[in-house]
Amino acid sequence: MDIFLQLTVSGLSTGMIYALAAAGFVVIYKASDVINFAQGDLLLLGTYLIFFGVAQVGLPWSLGVAVTLLLAVAVSLAVERLVLRPLVGEPIISMIMVTIGLSSVLRGVTGAIWGPNPRSFDSFLPAGDIVLGPATLSTARLLSIPIALAVLAGLGLFFRHTRDGIAMRAIADDQQAALSMGISIPRVFGVAWALAAVSAAIGGIMLAGIVGVSPNVASIGLRVFPVVILGGLDSIAGAVLGGAIIGLLEVYVGFYVGHGLNLVVPYVVLVLMLMVRPYGLFGKEIIERV
Amino acid sequence: MSLDCGVFHTRYEADMGLRPRPLQRLRLGILALFVLVFPFVASPYWLDLANQVAIATVGAIGLNILVGYTGQISLGQGAFMAIGAYTAGLLTLNFGVPWGASVFAACLVTAAAGTFFGLPSLRLKGLYLAIATLAAQEIVEWGMTNWTAVTGGTEAIVLPAPVLFGVRMNTNFNFYWLAVLTAAGTALFAANLMRSRIGRAFEAVRDQDIAASVIGVDVFRTKLLAFATSSFFVGLAGAMIAFHRNIITWERFTLSTSIVFLAMIIVGGLGSIRGSFLGAALITLLPAMITNVGRAIQDTAPQAASLLPYAQQAVFGIVIILFLIFEPRGLSKLWENAKDYFHVWPFAYRRGESRAG
Repeated sequence: MDIFLQLTVSGLSTGMIYALAAAGFVVIYKASDVINFAQGDLLLLGTYLIFFGVAQVGLPWSLGVAVTLLLAVAVSLAVERLVLRPLVGEPIISMIMVTIGLSSVLRGVTGAIWGPNPRSFDSFLPAGDIVLGPATLSTARLLSIPIALAVLAGLGLFFRHTRDGIAMRAIADDQQAALSMGISIPRVFGVAWALAAVSAAIGGIMLAGIVGVSPNVASIGLRVFPVVILGGLDSIAGAVLGGAIIGLLEVYVGFYVGHGLNLVVPYVVLVLMLMVRPYGLFGKEIIERV
Repeated sequence: MSLDCGVFHTRYEADMGLRPRPLQRLRLGILALFVLVFPFVASPYWLDLANQVAIATVGAIGLNILVGYTGQISLGQGAFMAIGAYTAGLLTLNFGVPWGASVFAACLVTAAAGTFFGLPSLRLKGLYLAIATLAAQEIVEWGMTNWTAVTGGTEAIVLPAPVLFGVRMNTNFNFYWLAVLTAAGTALFAANLMRSRIGRAFEAVRDQDIAASVIGVDVFRTKLLAFATSSFFVGLAGAMIAFHRNIITWERFTLSTSIVFLAMIIVGGLGSIRGSFLGAALITLLPAMITNVGRAIQDTAPQAASLLPYAQQAVFGIVIILFLIFEPRGLSKLWENAKDYFHVWPFAYRRGESRAG
């Protein structure tokens, strides 16, 4: 039972990081129909920026987080303006390939600057363990869950209550109608990318606090797909639930079944989901069928 | 195939020909001459690169049939190549099947697997199909590394070198002829396929699937046929990779492989045989060129060597992005532009000039 509890905490904290990455993916997809294969690399950028700020420059944590978020947003806005904007209206394969190209560039640049080796540094998340009955739980992992949930709830509130959030939903619903109501589409695209960068960077910062900094972080980008298909491509709540399910499934299967099956089980879930409910648990029931 | 302005054929043979005009024949002749002379003058290093380009061309044409001509996005290229490579290798190694037969069997098995993975295309389109093929890729990758009893897991499989007409294909020089002939045969087959009823159906499904079904194209059957044809050649490319190095390792068939092949057809030109070749050549040669540059500047900048893999990765991404933004129809279109320019050279009409003059 104690092991089960430990696995659950570990799975949930991983799952919440998936959810943060997936939420960014969902925001971009909702606003601009772009399928972002570089989401994992935005996460990677977040981990390296916080490492750079705190461990290499020596900023205090609060300032380091602020600088990381600012730089991530700046990079993301530049990407949106220079790379994605010229491709508006291009076929879906172009959108996929351009973000794959972007991911390659980000990986090359971060690799050239920070090298291939994993790094670790003093985390802002407390390092110790909490003993809860028979189980010993990592404080950092435990703490990361409410932080991620708070950020995701903030995103949800943003969509519901702010002017930009409502504009984004309007554009997702009907671009023509939104345009004719005077909504600025370039602005909304920019906001979407900025939000995705913030969400991914926070995920990256927490990941840096939990497991340290390494180029492998980018592989989370591919985990986003099972998560968003499970939760529904256009739902933040779906991203949270999908992230939790995939994260838990991975650790349970990894521990109780083994054989490296934990690496493949998200994709098996994905295939099953595509067969029975391709719009996901929370998605709108509109899917392009032939 | 488009009709050229000012060209009137008086014979059916010319009308049906792939390369009817004298200039086209001349260019083809020059290319053939180059291909024939190349292995005698090139160094082993360049021969090896040429073989890689030839194999990549086969794979890129295969992928282009699916993505460029039929409009079905696949991220499972690496998985299909793996199926081809492992089928060919294991048939030869474990059952003593002659290599030619096992390569052909590999093509058929990959075509069958491709058809199976194409089944979701009945219901899924665009993004969803891309994600489904991504899942297929991850699952096959897992199978490759974990189904140890059959694939040997992460261990490499070593194969005997194939023998053709008593010649062992164990050198790049000998393999070159096989690779070039296969690539040329694939290109010829694909070029003719695209002029046939089936090829036209592929393009109709890509451009407007509903309209295609209205004019009598069985959309689902056509898609499955595209998956099968495409996978046949992708499997062939996989089998050739296996017999080129006489070794099979799972690292050559990962998601990155899928991405590299997608990059080839994007950079070369979607829906173009010529583009498949040009893209395969550029994307295969690019990392080699960057390595050469790195070696060249190693003396002046000693840290360059450690940065090489990252430079390759970044440049790879930049090339994709630049092509998508500035020339989405790829190298194939650039080549056409160049031809058009010289077609009326030196009396090119440029927009705006006549009015100003």
